[in-house]
Amino acid sequence: MILLQLFLSYLKIGFFGFGGGYAMLSLIQDEIVVRRGWLTGAEFADIIAVSQITPGPIAINSATYIGYTVAGVWGSIIATFAVCLPALTIMILFTRFFLKLHNNRYISGAVAGMKPVAIGMIVSAGLLLIFASGEGERNFIDTWSWIFFGGCLAGSYFKVNPILLIVIAALCGIIKYYVL
Amino acid sequence: MKQLAQLFISFFKIGAFTFGGGYAMIPLIQREVIENRRWIAEKDFLDLLTVAQSAPGPLSLNTSVFVGYKMRGYAGAVAAITGAVLPSFAIILLIAMFFTDVRDNEVVDAAFKGMRPAVVALIIAPVASLMRGMTPALKVLAVIIGIALWYFAIPPVPVLIAGAAVGIAATLLITRKADKS
Repeated sequence: MILLQLFLSYLKIGFFGFGGGYAMLSLIQDEIVVRRGWLTGAEFADIIAVSQITPGPIAINSATYIGYTVAGVWGSIIATFAVCLPALTIMILFTRFFLKLHNNRYISGAVAGMKPVAIGMIVSAGLLLIFASGEGERNFIDTWSWIFFGGCLAGSYFKVNPILLIVIAALCGIIKYYVL
Repeated sequence: MKQLAQLFISFFKIGAFTFGGGYAMIPLIQREVIENRRWIAEKDFLDLLTVAQSAPGPLSLNTSVFVGYKMRGYAGAVAAITGAVLPSFAIILLIAMFFTDVRDNEVVDAAFKGMRPAVVALIIAPVASLMRGMTPALKVLAVIIGIALWYFAIPPVPVLIAGAAVGIAATLLITRKADKS
């Protein structure tokens, strides 16, 4: 039963994951944290951190990780398979009918209409992670959290490699919360 | 058979070396698929990106399906997507298996306390570049949608479908007007 739920949840995430990785985060958050309660907000942020420093798209990484935590190795296989299935089938259709679809103005219209929503989903994912306040949910625990946040935002603006930013943040965390 | 193995290996490489996902991997795909293997012509690459971006799902998977299907049909698509997924699957599965053991370690915990706010910044950062080229009204609309989704805890899927419907309706309206005049 849990395997079926995992399959359906990740099928949904794969199917509606328009607008790339970060917009998908909001879908994953809504489905896994808010709806199913399989992870807390902080655990969700931890998986994203792990995803940033390991290769591969966040959708796959989160499917494998959450699948494993929820239902073991089979869970990870089922969730990863489910999140790939829509990409596989829809892309085959798109490739087959590519020439006919390419200049179809209704498809372009639909994609254009989804764009502000996809960006809004990223904004909403960020707000949810900033203002999460429940037990074990908080990502911002003190002033230093905001300093790391600001530093990382600035670093990202100046196109510093995101892996480097995550590693620096981890080192700062160890210095601030363990050494001191 | 040889080409299926090549598709698998090429996308395994792409999957193993794309950190952070998304646009960071485009140069890598370009080098492997266009320059090394010559599966796709340079001029078709932009088309490939357009299609891969309008379909749901991660860019790397969509690209792998496109190239795999073009080369060897269904078997090619499956070989390519399996190659693209396998590296992240294997690495994350290993991490998930051992992560619970080290999670309570004080040093690991301190590192994650530092990484969480940084992750939130990395999630929000691409909003500005994604909005480039949009009209000011659409930018404001995107932010309002974001705040509403968060504040009222609205599930995103129906809003996404509504966005697509509005986009199609607007296109219909424009087409009608153009036909009349």
